[in-house]
Amino acid sequence: MSSDDTLFSLTLHLLLLSLLAIGGVSTILPELHRFIVVDHSWLTNEQFTALFALAQAAPGPNVIFVTLIGWQISGLVGALAATAAMCGPATVIAYAGTRLSAQWQHLKWFKILRSGLVPVTTGLMIASAWLLTAASAQAAPSYAVTAVTALLVLTTRINPLWLLALAAGAGMIGWA
Amino acid sequence: MDMKRGEPPSDQERLQGSPAAQPGILDLFTAFMGVGLSGFGGVLPFARRMLVDRRRWLSPAEFTEVLGLSQLLPGPNIVNVTIYVGARFAGIPGAAAAFLGLMTMPVIIVLCLGAAYSRYGDLPAVANAFRGVSSAAAGLMVAMAAKIAWPVLRSAPAIVVALLVFVAMAILKVPLVWTVAVLAPVGVIWTWWRTP
Repeated sequence: MSSDDTLFSLTLHLLLLSLLAIGGVSTILPELHRFIVVDHSWLTNEQFTALFALAQAAPGPNVIFVTLIGWQISGLVGALAATAAMCGPATVIAYAGTRLSAQWQHLKWFKILRSGLVPVTTGLMIASAWLLTAASAQAAPSYAVTAVTALLVLTTRINPLWLLALAAGAGMIGWA
Repeated sequence: MDMKRGEPPSDQERLQGSPAAQPGILDLFTAFMGVGLSGFGGVLPFARRMLVDRRRWLSPAEFTEVLGLSQLLPGPNIVNVTIYVGARFAGIPGAAAAFLGLMTMPVIIVLCLGAAYSRYGDLPAVANAFRGVSSAAAGLMVAMAAKIAWPVLRSAPAIVVALLVFVAMAILKVPLVWTVAVLAPVGVIWTWWRTP
């Protein structure tokens, strides 16, 4: 596949995913992984998880993970195309939504729709956590790093950036 | 001055109100740029602090409503909130200004990080460090999933739907379109059935 074709099919898929990303970018990680790593082999597991880590280490919305994916696959054009594809449909719909929302809040079906989708987003988040853990694990100590980080986030108020920095150190001396 | 939602202020109100009550395009751009630069791994809490506590553009109840809507709409939640707020105060130009404010700096920063990664990522020390960081970032995701799942997975229908979604995506690698097309209606209908 030529690089133009790659960029085109990546952008097209992200446009579709933009419409399915109910609950944010974290819920489409499994789909991004399936499409980009498993189906097309555009990135390796290692690259995919490293880019996710970079996006976590940079300030800003999680959607910049998609920016990085586009950049890694097709350079600067890819970065901009991927970001626009991921945000474009959503922004148009959100703009339309501004006209409706005030009345929506009181409708019964709005609440049913919302609470009915919560288990779906939850399942997607768990799948995201599972896939990232498996994809980033290169040896047994990797699981320990993942588990310790998760526990510290859940039980303390430590800034996650410190945990990423500590893990970088652990990796460098061969503990991860 | 407290402005009623959805009503454009009269000229008199505009003159008397504090400048923050009716943000202009530049206000929206700079305010959302601050939000984009402040959060790591998700910026919604910072958006709330800016919109509700600091600038008072939205009341707490309004923010909750806007967030609820943005969670139902597709796309990144923070982008939806940004568009909503920008459009409400300054129409399409406002939405564009708020969105560009939110995204510009994070995109530039993350691309610089990406460039550094692709230049130095092959060095053994950097590769090893990234191995650790990737596993820790996975841990952040595990924690986020646990926080979300804990209050949700209390009823049998919720557990079944979440489990089916998990198996479809993580184990069977079903495309997301099919998973959502089949299981989202199941979740919604089940909720509807149980709602008196």
